[in-house]
Amino acid sequence: MRDGAYPDSERASVDRFRALAERELPHLYAIARRFVGNDAEDVVQECLLRAYRNFSQLEHEQAGGKWLTSILVNCCRDHWRARGRRVEVVELDEADEFSLFRKIADEDPFPYSDSVHLDFLHQFGSEDVRAVLASLPELYRVPLVLVHMAGYHVKEVAFMFDVPLGTMLARLHRGRKLFERELWSYAEQNGLLKEGARR
Amino acid sequence: MITCAEAVRQLWDYLDGIVDESQRELVEEHLSFCRRCCGELEFAEELRRFLATHAEDDLPPTVRARLTATLDELGQT
Repeated sequence: MRDGAYPDSERASVDRFRALAERELPHLYAIARRFVGNDAEDVVQECLLRAYRNFSQLEHEQAGGKWLTSILVNCCRDHWRARGRRVEVVELDEADEFSLFRKIADEDPFPYSDSVHLDFLHQFGSEDVRAVLASLPELYRVPLVLVHMAGYHVKEVAFMFDVPLGTMLARLHRGRKLFERELWSYAEQNGLLKEGARR
Repeated sequence: MITCAEAVRQLWDYLDGIVDESQRELVEEHLSFCRRCCGELEFAEELRRFLATHAEDDLPPTVRARLTATLDELGQT
């Protein structure tokens, strides 16, 4: 059907979908970048196609952002499956006990600073954070991004992945701990622990 | 009474408000006398803000243009 050939109600629906999608594009792209890296654009495009086909199922348009994000997450999961990515489970190990707070206090990377913990975090730009997140297994990265970067409640993420809340809480906990550990490793490997490295 | 290790393990959940009442009381009791864990708590809050601060990427204009073109096509099908 060409533009102008829609009944008014359908035209209005198409316009509402477009307004929603355009508003959410930066958010969808940001999440996709953290989930599938350089394939983000393809995955967002697939998300738009699926969402458009199912727009009539969206009951409350104020929930449109989360609805689109749920579709995006499913597209990312399909993307991983299509590439035969195995789910990497990290065994219970010292990561669960790792404390970045204590590590920074013990190692004291900026000995002349009164705010050594904040100074540590301020070394990281967005590219650095993306690289650290990319180093985490998907199983733990996904809840971390959805809860702490996309604003989902952990119960919503558990529902989205059809797993018990306790399972998702455990993944989120491990994701946070792995993130802390990888922040420190990244800082060590990329020279962020030197006084001169401050930005 | 809980140990520092047990308190630290629950700090993020405590901040997220997903610990039950009895756990919350135990964490708060521990925080009332443990300065180090109070530091852990403040740092966990900073890490939450840090993650939220780095949540968005700039959508490159070329990518936006291509995705907008996709929306144009959808609107005409």
